[in-house]
Amino acid sequence: MTAATAQLSLGRRRPRPGFAVAVAFLLLILLVALWPGLFAGDPLRADPLQVLQAPSAAHWFGTDQLGRDVFDRVVHGARHSLSIGLAATAIGVTAGILLGVLAGLAHRFADEALSRSFDALSAFPLLLLALLFIAVAGPGTISLVVAIGIATLPHYARVVRAQTFVVRQAGYVTQAVAFGDPRIRLVIRHVLPNVLGPVPVLAMIGLGEAILAAAGLSFLGMGPQPPSPEWGAMLSEGRGYLHIAWWASILPGLAVTATVISLTVTGRHLQRRFEGRTDGAGS
Amino acid sequence: MIRVEDLHVTFTAGRRRIEAVRGVGFTIEPGECLAIVGESGSGKSVTARSLVGLAGPGAEVTATRLEIDGRDARAFTESDWRRVRGGFAGLILQDALVSLDPLRTVGAEIAEVLATHRKAGRRDRSARVEQLLTDVHVPEPRRRAGQHPHQLSGGLRQRALIASAIAGEPRLLIADEPTTALDATVQAQILRLLAERRAAGEALLLISHDLAVVAQLADRIIVMQDGRIVEAGTTAALLSAAEHPYTKKLVSAAAGRRRPAAIKPGPVVARARALRRDYGRHAVVREVSLDIHAGEIVGLVGESGSGKTTVAQMLFGLVTPTSGDVSFEGARWSAVPERRRRARRRRLQFVSQDPLSSFDPRWRVGRIIAEARPAGPVAELLERVGLGADVADRYPRQLSGGQRQRVAVARALAPRPSLIICDEPVSALDATVQAQVLDLLAGIRNDDGTALLFISHDLGVVRDLADRVLVLHDGAVVEQGPVGEVLAHPQHDYTRKLLAAAPRLEATRETV
Amino acid sequence: MRAVLRRIGTGLVVLWAAASAAYLALLAAPGDTVDSIVGDGADTPLIRSQIIAEWHLDRPAVVQYLDYLGRAGHGDLGRSYLLQRPVRDVLAGQAWPTLKLALSAAVLGILLALVLAVTTRRPWARRVSSTTELVLVSTPPFLIGIILLSVFSFRFGIFPVAGDRGFAALVLPAVTLALPIAGVLTQVLREGLDRALDEPFAVTARARGLRASAVLIRHALRHALLPAVTLIGWLFGILLGGAVIIESVFGRPGLGQVTLSAVTSKDMPVVLAVVVLSAAVYVVLNTAADLTYLLIDPRLRGSRP
Repeated sequence: MTAATAQLSLGRRRPRPGFAVAVAFLLLILLVALWPGLFAGDPLRADPLQVLQAPSAAHWFGTDQLGRDVFDRVVHGARHSLSIGLAATAIGVTAGILLGVLAGLAHRFADEALSRSFDALSAFPLLLLALLFIAVAGPGTISLVVAIGIATLPHYARVVRAQTFVVRQAGYVTQAVAFGDPRIRLVIRHVLPNVLGPVPVLAMIGLGEAILAAAGLSFLGMGPQPPSPEWGAMLSEGRGYLHIAWWASILPGLAVTATVISLTVTGRHLQRRFEGRTDGAGS
Repeated sequence: MIRVEDLHVTFTAGRRRIEAVRGVGFTIEPGECLAIVGESGSGKSVTARSLVGLAGPGAEVTATRLEIDGRDARAFTESDWRRVRGGFAGLILQDALVSLDPLRTVGAEIAEVLATHRKAGRRDRSARVEQLLTDVHVPEPRRRAGQHPHQLSGGLRQRALIASAIAGEPRLLIADEPTTALDATVQAQILRLLAERRAAGEALLLISHDLAVVAQLADRIIVMQDGRIVEAGTTAALLSAAEHPYTKKLVSAAAGRRRPAAIKPGPVVARARALRRDYGRHAVVREVSLDIHAGEIVGLVGESGSGKTTVAQMLFGLVTPTSGDVSFEGARWSAVPERRRRARRRRLQFVSQDPLSSFDPRWRVGRIIAEARPAGPVAELLERVGLGADVADRYPRQLSGGQRQRVAVARALAPRPSLIICDEPVSALDATVQAQVLDLLAGIRNDDGTALLFISHDLGVVRDLADRVLVLHDGAVVEQGPVGEVLAHPQHDYTRKLLAAAPRLEATRETV
Repeated sequence: MRAVLRRIGTGLVVLWAAASAAYLALLAAPGDTVDSIVGDGADTPLIRSQIIAEWHLDRPAVVQYLDYLGRAGHGDLGRSYLLQRPVRDVLAGQAWPTLKLALSAAVLGILLALVLAVTTRRPWARRVSSTTELVLVSTPPFLIGIILLSVFSFRFGIFPVAGDRGFAALVLPAVTLALPIAGVLTQVLREGLDRALDEPFAVTARARGLRASAVLIRHALRHALLPAVTLIGWLFGILLGGAVIIESVFGRPGLGQVTLSAVTSKDMPVVLAVVVLSAAVYVVLNTAADLTYLLIDPRLRGSRP
């Protein structure tokens, strides 16, 4: 393109109201997850006289088949989804970084071996891998966390490995040799920060995917067992009453959707903002 | 044939408006060659592309008069433009590697033009494609037509691109920096080809930042700066009696600078003996020996594939020679492990062709220079290379090409080296900016006595800066000696070829 | 040719690694294998020794492993603890409905993505499409399924609520599965098209007098398909995982049902077989994608000028 159009595309900034909304929602969810008691009552309290009531002033989200307030349950469910997602992502990211950097810096043979392992792990669809793990270890929160963590590991490992390759051969690494610094210093000052740069944003988007996966597995009954107010499980429980009480299923589902959307929007926006930073050859 | 008056092209994106072209006017008569010369950002490309209605997305084009082939182009519909494109005017961009669709064969690209402008029926197309390739002197046209762009050498690719531009039998050829990505000898071939097309009756519109390239072909030249025409006239008039200061800058940049007075060289700073480097069975560097004395500027000239970058890497210590050795400041260098060399490292610095990739993208300029641990303040170094102290707070990606190169030089100066190896430091810069950076390097040698090894594919640039020159061809030194000597009396065939291809203006060259 | 062989070789290695990993998981399963096989049946030392002999449970671990690999290579995937039938039969019987669902969802998703990516080039269309894609990708597939069920089956009664009878029963599940796939593919394709149209060869093409639509379809699309092709493996993973959930939502028979009941009853041979089989298909598809990549992009073929 000509110099004029290049200049124009560099300066283009897209003020997005969506970003502000997404961040606000995320903060809200975080608050709700940390202090559910502030926002809602007891999720386990069942009132047999109030079974399957439509949303009203008394019950914002209506009640479910056991007379429990759906709003209370959704609020308390935030903690489950968020913590499972965070823990799983933490496992995936940490292991992914370690293995990815190792593969990127290692000699050809070790790198090949590691890469094939990543490929092997990612050959299993996430859900099936998790189901395999759960078949062995039984359903529950811990199983979900470990299963999803292991399943998402190869994705992070691959990205980190690719980034390590790029950085390893980057001009600024070669140039820094001229200043007489020992290799270790080069790695710490240049390689690691540039390699790890894209990770936090990826982790954010990955968190959304982890939450989706957790909800799916809970829907199938593999997650926290009832009466825990996990969003996916709630969806499954309310399924049988769909034609008379849609709110019991759909509202928890919408909670998942809103959380994941916020995470993705925030993550992508940050990605765009920091695009030039870790890319050596930019503009 | 083409008449333009008061052309304005403005780009809008959201709230930003950029006026790329402000009130430009010119004519092109059939069969003549007009050149538009200017730096990047001068609006020359946009002007040229407006002639085929491709100024760019979001462009507003207005003009008092925009006549193309006698018709008022301001009233053109999209299908009118489509008939002009390729049929009346052919566009040739730089770097055929990305200007031709890399996923399609060269023959298919050319055939597409024939199909669009109905120049040949389905059955005759491949014959016509071969004919076109022959017209542009591509050997083995049938075989080449079935190949993809990356399988052809740079020169052949560019010819194929030109073939696709003339396939529609246009009466005007617009060439936007057609030789910029090419080696000097190939550049000369392409320019000869364009001259041939002109002789065949096609008018030529040449766009370039380098006056020397266009002066050989152009009848008239227009100089643009910041979207406006600052001077226009016949080539002869412009070269001998330029009036506008910017034009004068261009002319002197193209003519070559007055070479700095050589200072008496001191003791040997770096010595390479019988360097050889093999990759597998391929010998990239064979038997290269050279000496660099303190205070000398040594030029190493060679085209792509000559091994010059590998020689630089061996001298710097990045690559170990397969045989031969390098000594630096009297002590052995290449044979010594990195640990033991480290103490002397700072005396040998490196400036590369693309400075942006040699900067950590997360760091600001100040920190980048500070990494080299200069003795004095960073601001002092910036001043030395002609940059203001405020540059220290900016990110490299916010600077222009010339500014980035200056920062790279400042960083190289920080540890007070005795030798700086510069690998094609000005190849990617506009002609006027090139001259400034070369001045800077000469100044450093004069002030500090730092030796420079200057590597380039452009003999003209080396001639303006170096004291001694070595010509590298296919991994071996074919000629060497003081610059004046080698250029006035070249001994080797290859040197002569390079000399002939160097597009420097003969008229105003200062004799050595 | 060497590149082709390398890809195939890599595929085999990955397949072997996946099978072994799954086998390791099997070993980690709690409970004694013999107990599981016996189940509620007669439990005498004679029957036990017969079981041990039949399953080679007395041999060292390495031999068992090699035995497993050998049998798997021949297509013998063991015997279901729960159903007391060869796993192969169990899976074969239920594979067709799942295959129907997966294929129709894939075709629908890909077609939708192609059409959307090519047609939504204007800024406003792009924005609308992007937002829709974002929502589709972030919504759990079971929610989409439930909403569609709610509206089209319960409210309007157009489609059946459950089962696999006839074409009508396939529509909602296939659409549910196809939407998130279309969401991601459209984005990838659109970004690929944008990037391709920014390249100089697009300018050259237009400078030849081609219509913008011709440049898009004849030049840019091929370039945009490149990154999309690499997603085939991922696509399949989503399809299979999603099928398990969708079959549950819509009450369809198929591999999903089989897998779920196997997991809850710890019927390890079945779970293992499903997992390894899906890994196998993934590897095959990925290798095919790599080879297709070689076909589409001549720059990778490594031919010298």
